[in-house]
Amino acid sequence: MSNKLVYGIYDDEEVLLTAVKEIRSKDIDIKEVYSPFPIHGLDHALGLKRTRLAIAAFFYGALGCIFAFAMTYYIMIIDWPMNIGGKPSFAYYLNMPAFVPILFEMTVFFAAHLMVITYFFRSKLFPGQTASNPDVRTTDDKFLMEIESDNDKSISDLMKKTGASEITVKELT
Amino acid sequence: MYTVAKNTKTISFALMAIGLIALIFGFTNIAEFFGIETDPHRAWTSLMINNYFFLAIGAFAIFFVALQYVAEAGWAITLKRVAEAISSYFIVGGIVMIFIIIAGIMHWNHIWHWMAVGIMDPSSDIYDPIIHGKEAYLNPSFFLGRAIVYVLGWWYAAKKLKELSMKEDAVGGLTNYKKSITVSAIFIGFFGYTSSMMAWDWIMSIDTHWFSTLFGWFVFSSMGVTGFTMIAMLSIYLKRKGYLEYVNENHIHDLGKWIFSFSILWTYMWFSQFMLIWYSNIPEEVTYYLARWDDYNFLFWATSAINFIFPLILLMSRDTKRNFSYIMVVGTIVLIGHWFNVFLMIAPGTLKDHWHIGFIEIGMFLGFLGLFLFVVHRALTKMPLLPKNHPFVDEAKHLHI
Repeated sequence: MSNKLVYGIYDDEEVLLTAVKEIRSKDIDIKEVYSPFPIHGLDHALGLKRTRLAIAAFFYGALGCIFAFAMTYYIMIIDWPMNIGGKPSFAYYLNMPAFVPILFEMTVFFAAHLMVITYFFRSKLFPGQTASNPDVRTTDDKFLMEIESDNDKSISDLMKKTGASEITVKELT
Repeated sequence: MYTVAKNTKTISFALMAIGLIALIFGFTNIAEFFGIETDPHRAWTSLMINNYFFLAIGAFAIFFVALQYVAEAGWAITLKRVAEAISSYFIVGGIVMIFIIIAGIMHWNHIWHWMAVGIMDPSSDIYDPIIHGKEAYLNPSFFLGRAIVYVLGWWYAAKKLKELSMKEDAVGGLTNYKKSITVSAIFIGFFGYTSSMMAWDWIMSIDTHWFSTLFGWFVFSSMGVTGFTMIAMLSIYLKRKGYLEYVNENHIHDLGKWIFSFSILWTYMWFSQFMLIWYSNIPEEVTYYLARWDDYNFLFWATSAINFIFPLILLMSRDTKRNFSYIMVVGTIVLIGHWFNVFLMIAPGTLKDHWHIGFIEIGMFLGFLGLFLFVVHRALTKMPLLPKNHPFVDEAKHLHI
């Protein structure tokens, strides 16, 4: 287990991106990168796995669709059948077009809201959470790379070489 | 520079020959010797459907080129020439369309019911007061005049944009690019009105009594799906032949997103139009759907399902949009689905329940496909496939999504 954290601050996202590529090509594991905005291609450079949020969204949408189906079926057919446009057919499939907007809206509603909640949950963002970024400037105009290693000297040199403007080493206790 | 492969040329001529046979079979009674039942009315309808289908693809390609200029978008520049080549087909379809309209006015065909002799004459047996009330808009000279304005206007924009693009290649600099933006902005404004009016005129007025306020957008969304699909499929074809060096899966991915979103837009329009009419159930509106429901039942439901479910499921994932073979398969399904959509917009009004899909329809489709491929490939040979002085060409080369 390594006991030192090295923070390298970069001024430019292009420099950071090439630095990430170079450091990773030397088989050094980058623990985390903090940035004020999403950097195009960074997830790929860091070797992050593709997000499964899209798959979750599909299931949330399907859940919403099923919920809306159950809801309209119970309300409009079982509990209190209604005469729709002069079509008192009392069967779900015959009244179906009238329910499509509800099915659609519920699908969108469930997918959107549950996706946001999932995202917050996975990112450990909730009310009362304290900021976990090591340097507040990463919310403004600086980019920070975090590497966990025993060999802080060589890591610092490598960061300096790849264009870091500022390096701090922190002991892990 | 692009040279048309011999196979492609042979295939397009063979398709045109099939189309010519279908045309002869449709309009004469030669086919009766072969036991094929024909009727000129059916042949005219088939001509109208197939010509319109490819005309819409050509018209949408003009819109696509103009849209990239107005949005100052960079991603599509490496496949801009493909869209420009498709846009040069438009005038061919436009001329055939004007011919069909003149033939209608001369009473050679009965595609547009309101053109019938005596329908606006109170002393006539077939007098129709509702149609007579629409005379100010639906009269032969104004109708033909409008058609000529659409065709000439769109053709001029296509020609101008292509010329400016070629000049830009030769001269460089930003002057031609800025002029293209002006031309595109004027064209998009013009197209916004005229594409809707074209849909009312050429297609909606077939069912003269009926009208729908979103019909123009419904037709436009169908044009969009076929147009994007054709641009994507032709780009993939050229890529596979070894051209379009700078087109890769990122560009096809973006086109795939367009096909996906326009398919959903089409469904949205289809359903919005259908549900309101189904819900309110007013006789003068619902007849339009009853004609389709009664005589075209399976085709009617199958078409809306094909055009929605296939693109929705098959193009939802990122990987499928980046796969060339996949786009080719989905594109074929979508093109067939939207051909049926055009068929269902036109045939129920002209042929009522006497419709067929046989050699005449399929043959003419193949014929127009051959003509389309011939014109588009010939246009491709006349220009370099990469616009070299376009200000955003490097952005398009390095597109990454």
